[in-house]
Amino acid sequence: MDYALQQLLNALAFGAEYSLVALGLAVVFSIMGLVNFAHGEIIGVSAYSVFLAAALGLTSPFVAVLLAVGIAALAAVVFERVAFRPVRYAPTTTGLLTAFGVSIVVQNLFMLLISPKPQSVSILNGLNQMWFFGPFAVSSLQVMELIVSGLTILALVLFLNRSTLGLAIRAASRDFATVRLMGIKANRVIATAFAISGALAGIAAVFILARRGSVSPDLGFGLVLKAFVACVIGGFGSLPGAAVGGMLLGFIEVGLLVALPQEYAGFRDALTYAIIVALLVYRPEGLLGQRIELGDKEI
Amino acid sequence: MLKVEKLVVRYGAVTAVRELSLEVGQGELVALLGPNGAGKSSTINALTGLVTPASGRIVLDGKDISHVRTEDRIRAGLTSTPEGRHIFSNLSVGENLRLGAATRRDPAGVRQDIERFLALFPVLSERYGQAAGTLSGGEQQMLAIARSLMSRPKLLLLDEPSLGLAPKIVVRIFDFIGELKAQGLTLLVVEQNARQALRFADRVYVVSAGTLRYDGPPARFADEHDLFNLYIGG
Ligand SMILES: Nc1ncnc2c1ncn2[C@@H]1O[C@H](COP(=O)(O)OP(=O)(O)OP(=O)(O)O)[C@@H](O)[C@H]1O
Ligand SMILES: [Mg+2]
Repeated sequence: MDYALQQLLNALAFGAEYSLVALGLAVVFSIMGLVNFAHGEIIGVSAYSVFLAAALGLTSPFVAVLLAVGIAALAAVVFERVAFRPVRYAPTTTGLLTAFGVSIVVQNLFMLLISPKPQSVSILNGLNQMWFFGPFAVSSLQVMELIVSGLTILALVLFLNRSTLGLAIRAASRDFATVRLMGIKANRVIATAFAISGALAGIAAVFILARRGSVSPDLGFGLVLKAFVACVIGGFGSLPGAAVGGMLLGFIEVGLLVALPQEYAGFRDALTYAIIVALLVYRPEGLLGQRIELGDKEI
Repeated sequence: MLKVEKLVVRYGAVTAVRELSLEVGQGELVALLGPNGAGKSSTINALTGLVTPASGRIVLDGKDISHVRTEDRIRAGLTSTPEGRHIFSNLSVGENLRLGAATRRDPAGVRQDIERFLALFPVLSERYGQAAGTLSGGEQQMLAIARSLMSRPKLLLLDEPSLGLAPKIVVRIFDFIGELKAQGLTLLVVEQNARQALRFADRVYVVSAGTLRYDGPPARFADEHDLFNLYIGG
């Protein structure tokens, strides 16, 4: 029972983290058609800023969390302003290559300016404790991951459905030109989408730091690949799809971890992707994506 | 109110609008007619700034807005209901109307205007919370016009409001356009359906192949059968 509960919590916590990062990718992709592979470096910038602040004498974990989220949102907006705005109207492949370029440049900056080796960050370790509920022992970090991700997604849903800027982001995902006809500034809509995407990455950075206790230049890259997969599962560009896809990926990974005997553990990733491929054969547009036939055009 | 001088719109090697000049006076309803591909939509989109003209001047209320961004032109009181309606299909009817008022800072007034349009178009009221993409073509056109009006424009550009709609619905939409004019709104209406467009028009422009072919009152235009048949057809 204890074991089953532990694994369920594992799956939910991993799923929640993938969902947060996948949502960050999806919110930008949905309005700009840009797969922002530099999203992982936003997580990196956020984590290194906590590392630096701690090195400079910051001791409050609470301030560290605010810093991580704030810097991530800011970094995303700066990336957009500096790197993505100049290629906004270029073909999508240009945007994709730009994103890879930003990712490589920023990772190298981490190596040159700080160190290629992992650096220890202990300021957020306090978030990762064991909590005891009667006979059950659970990780406080995983419980928090679940609750915080849930609340974050709720806040995002409220923002997208209630505020004018949120409505504009949803509308822009289909028809950006007409959003501008409403007198809404394109730059504002895009900057807001990037800020949201960055804040989500910052929350993920807090969880990663608390779990690993260290930061390295490639911190976010692997996670963004996973989040990309989560987006594909859910249907690229669909926000609910990103959340559901992330959760599902968490469950598939942990499920295989539990189900596979130790000697087959090496096949875990292969099996994960086999399941995803099977899923996409069955639903090529992703779980919640819309099927678009060649030649369809929304007028 | 609106003065366009020698507007030129190009898409790569294609010149869609050639030195087009036109004027719309305060409170006027001006019709812009012409066959497919004449450059009517290109003109409208150049006026709102969604396409950047190669040359020419656009003056609104005495101010040169040729280099003003779309968003700021809307704030200056100009708006368009684009060809093909372009309602936000994934948003509800209510959300479409709210976005139309995105430039306004008077929530109470916005709510009043929404109430007014819902009373005017009861269908929109019935479907208020539903995705706008589920509306019929005629309902979408009404929503698109209402959404444009939510910004309280001084000048409304309508690009083929009759496109793809049944004759009965077209008459209803033009009745509404007539009411807007009666209320003092200034309108520039692009149409292929000349008969409807001429019902309320004060003046008519005819374009063909990007060039102005006629400029004058609708009565004279209707008499000149050659022109009528040549550029508009029966
Ligand atoms: N985005 C574009 N890229 C290239 N060519 C374009 C573009 N938009 C319009 N054109 C061309 O410009 C010319 C004028 O098109 P426009 O849409 O302005 O005509 P229109 O008068 O609105 O026609 P319709 O009555 O069919 O709507 C056409 O030859 C068209 O093919
Ligand atoms: Mg047209």
